[in-house]
Amino acid sequence: MRHDHLITSKQLTRDAIERVLDRAAEIDADPDAVAGKHAGKLLGLLFFEPSTRTKMSFETAMKRLGGDVVDMGPIESSSVKKGETLADTVRVIEGYADALVVRHPKQGAATMASEFVDVPLLNAGDGAGHHPTQTLLDLYTIRQHAGLEDLSVGIMGDLKYGRTVHSLAYALSNFDVQQHFISPDSLTLPREVVYDLHQEGASVREHEQLEAVLDTLDVLYVTRIQRERFPDENEYQKVAGEYQIDLETLEDARADLTIMHPLPRVDEIDPAIDDTDHAAYFDQAHNGVPVRMALLDHFLGDPL
Amino acid sequence: MTADHDRNDEQTTGESADDHELRVSKIKNGTVIDHVRGGQALNVLAILGIDGGDREQVSVGINVPSDRLARKDIVKVEDRELSQDEVDVLSLIAPDATINIVRSYTVTSKHRVERPEQVEGVLTCPNATCITTEDEPVTSRFDVLDDGVRCAYCGTIVRESIADLIDSA
Repeated sequence: MRHDHLITSKQLTRDAIERVLDRAAEIDADPDAVAGKHAGKLLGLLFFEPSTRTKMSFETAMKRLGGDVVDMGPIESSSVKKGETLADTVRVIEGYADALVVRHPKQGAATMASEFVDVPLLNAGDGAGHHPTQTLLDLYTIRQHAGLEDLSVGIMGDLKYGRTVHSLAYALSNFDVQQHFISPDSLTLPREVVYDLHQEGASVREHEQLEAVLDTLDVLYVTRIQRERFPDENEYQKVAGEYQIDLETLEDARADLTIMHPLPRVDEIDPAIDDTDHAAYFDQAHNGVPVRMALLDHFLGDPL
Repeated sequence: MTADHDRNDEQTTGESADDHELRVSKIKNGTVIDHVRGGQALNVLAILGIDGGDREQVSVGINVPSDRLARKDIVKVEDRELSQDEVDVLSLIAPDATINIVRSYTVTSKHRVERPEQVEGVLTCPNATCITTEDEPVTSRFDVLDDGVRCAYCGTIVRESIADLIDSA
């Protein structure tokens, strides 16, 4: 990769993606080979929104490489509470760290922050915008379970606000993938994303019902429909209920269907599915570590 | 450039026209912005920061007949030659416009506007969740598309009512 920062999966070519995944696979197979490789390096964690998996897997990845983290902590106890701008915060913390990881509720926050710093900055989610490191671990998981050639991928749930969805869709447009987007009418993909996917020549179809495509899918990527997106509780219950899957739903699915979810889930995937061969979402979460180790290794001085 | 036969374009084409056909008077020195899409003249004034508060002399024709556009607007601003930045922004709402620089009643240069690749600091992103709407030291930046503009930060695309996004509007 030639970029100084990782802001969006739109900046990733197929070649760059495959190099990250290859490096992650090497690390996954022999993590001891890179243990201590970045001793003495510090990663700055700036999470302006709550995070469990992303933050902990970045921290784990950095420590497994021999480095350490400096964490801004919750915004309630930081200078952000005093009204400090994001631009000032990143300029201060770049003086403490060799690279920064930023999650922020506003779209474009990582792009703007990257304009103020010289150290590498990795976007860990900017509002409804992008989440490229999640995308790379998603692709790693898809490659592990289904390969990345001639695929049919269904992405279901909150497609409007789901940044993991937007990032994944952009990245999949680099591959020979038929993308099916399944959502209620009120939560379809933003028109900007559809515009970009068409510009990229991606094969894209939108559906309201999973049944329309389930039996054709190699991968089903489920996302959570958030209660707060609906002003009316009854409407939420009605809509959310249509996008939950259980063992009965899967009777029409292919035997080798891979089911993914960025987690946390609420009730979109029945726990009974966890014990089937379909379930890949815990592998997916674990893959955050080798993939983020590969990315940190790249950005901390060993370019891919 | 193809000769234009609009009846109100006599200053830019050199054609004479009967007085009763003139709707916008000639200017001595300044800029004539011609072939503005019908109904956009007031937005052109907004872009140029003209609100009648200064002593600038301005003539405006709205929805006058035009061979090229069927209906067009025309704006004549006395004693002011537009900067390239101003022309860039004008191109967003008046992509067919012609900029005529007039000196001593003579058109000394005439050119069509060209859409820039990007405009900075002139439009406000309509996406309330965009970082540029926060109190951050950031200048708005939009990529210019064939049929609209796109925020370089949040990716929001605007195709209609671009003039509503202009900071000075």
